[in-house]
Amino acid sequence: MQQERTADPVKLQQIAHAIRRSVITSLMEAGSGHLGGSLGLTDVFTTLYFSVLNHAPGFPRWPGRDRLVLSVGHVAPVLYATLAHAGYFSVDELNTLRKQGSRMQGHPGRDHGLPGLELSAGSLGQGLSVAVGMAIAAKSDMKDHRVFCVLGDGELQEGSVWEAAMAAAHHKLDNIIAVVDRNGLQIDGKTEDVMKLEPLGDKWAAFGWRVLHCDGNDIPQLLDAFDRAAKVRVKPTVIIARTMMGKGVRSIENNHLWHGKAPSAEQAKVFLEELENN
Amino acid sequence: MNRGDKPTKSGFGEGLLEAGKQFPGVFCIAADITTSVGCNFFADAFPDRLISLGIAEQNCVGVAAGLALEGKIPVFATYAVFAALRAADQIRVSVCYNNLHVVIGGAHAGVSVGPDGATHQALEDIGIMRVLPNMTVLSPCDATQARLAVLAAVGQCRGPVYIRYGREAMPDFTFSKAGFSIGRADMLREGSNLTIIATGHMVWEALLAADLLEAEGISARVLNMHTIKPIDREAIIRAARETGAIVTAEEHQVNCGLGSAVAEVVVTHLPVPMAFVGMPDRFGESGAPRQLMEKYGLTAAEIAEAGRRIVKVAR
Repeated sequence: MQQERTADPVKLQQIAHAIRRSVITSLMEAGSGHLGGSLGLTDVFTTLYFSVLNHAPGFPRWPGRDRLVLSVGHVAPVLYATLAHAGYFSVDELNTLRKQGSRMQGHPGRDHGLPGLELSAGSLGQGLSVAVGMAIAAKSDMKDHRVFCVLGDGELQEGSVWEAAMAAAHHKLDNIIAVVDRNGLQIDGKTEDVMKLEPLGDKWAAFGWRVLHCDGNDIPQLLDAFDRAAKVRVKPTVIIARTMMGKGVRSIENNHLWHGKAPSAEQAKVFLEELENN
Repeated sequence: MNRGDKPTKSGFGEGLLEAGKQFPGVFCIAADITTSVGCNFFADAFPDRLISLGIAEQNCVGVAAGLALEGKIPVFATYAVFAALRAADQIRVSVCYNNLHVVIGGAHAGVSVGPDGATHQALEDIGIMRVLPNMTVLSPCDATQARLAVLAAVGQCRGPVYIRYGREAMPDFTFSKAGFSIGRADMLREGSNLTIIATGHMVWEALLAADLLEAEGISARVLNMHTIKPIDREAIIRAARETGAIVTAEEHQVNCGLGSAVAEVVVTHLPVPMAFVGMPDRFGESGAPRQLMEKYGLTAAEIAEAGRRIVKVAR
């Protein structure tokens, strides 16, 4: 019933590669959407869904599952592609992304019935609060599943994130693991130019969190970070995962102009080739 | 008949305590003003189910959504201004878009909050809450009904619910045995020349207005519209057909509140002359509750005057 998990980095890299292909193709089919962040987070999602999370694709509402709350809703394409590759639904369905009647809304919408989706989200700064509520419920019921929350770094400019961060530490929610997608970019440019976030680790630490850093595009490092996070007690943990927007497609890597764009058919062809040669 | 003045806040608090006893899944989320919004009875009885989150309304709403996703029934009460405005986006996306059973209590509604002044007098919350898909909006008229409203919101609803209530002691005149049927207006008084449709504290004023009008030979029906959404279309259409004129009365901006909700039904189904008693598109101020109600025309006299006017037009 439960998803078979692997800690083999080579296997995980192969899966990540396939997910990246799906992200590019589905966004090309959609004609709009957020490519850069989705590619940057692919290694994080692959590691989570194929190695870290305890979940059951055939039984999406299984009460014992680890929860994954996607707060940064616009990277939905990588969540959808990961869920499809994990077996929640067919990979073919990814081509309906953003189209009318699709279960894959531009930003996650639960009422459209996509299995594996924990939360409708898209307005930034809300997911960590929901994760806090889920974690409090789990503690209250003495359940030992964990709540993961993926946040964007630009999203941390929303004050509500810090309200939630305060609450998670105050209530000693060691069943929460937040992952910050630290690609350093947002729509208007570099996060440090738009609104400075550094020293980011110190901020989380000052709010009472255990802070771990890793290269978010390096699967062995991610595996190690999640391992260490699992051992933290009394405090919530945040993994600040340094990622590269557009990772895997050399010509768009680290380019904030690809934050909210989808490739044309021609571009997608080039990007897929670049991915193969990477 | 007024059995004595009592704040709707007390009714809310009693209802929450009872709900806590009946349903082990009820959790109360506190944003520093636990006693002030009537949650102290619950807090004393169920300290393990009281989640203190401090002065952080946006987070409170998100946490409520998380609890609801896990099958709990969270009740988050704070001042209506902060619930409806500070946390509006969280209510829209995390609660309503996810269609979660979260009960939001909006305390200190209306100018009857008094001396605290405009920042704390919620006069826009009905408009904001009723425009959100999936949301149920309740506005009980007295303490007895506020208690029943909480029990109904917790026990009968499956999606988001907003309950609006006040701070000032006001006449307590309805009966528990009347029950609380979400979406069905209570006819408190039969009448044939016009219908006064009122909500919250203005229901009592509407009854007094009906007395004033009766003395002049005008027969006013009084409806207590305790559910703003889903609104009781049938009762409104019947009122339009049988009485031919409608006055609405609310302690809320006339824009977008109860009056607007009633007008939407009236103009769609059976247009009749209407008059709107409410806050005339402006902020309140500090003062004694009664003084303020009088200054802004939120009284039986004003409703009666609107009634006289509208009956003439209808004829």
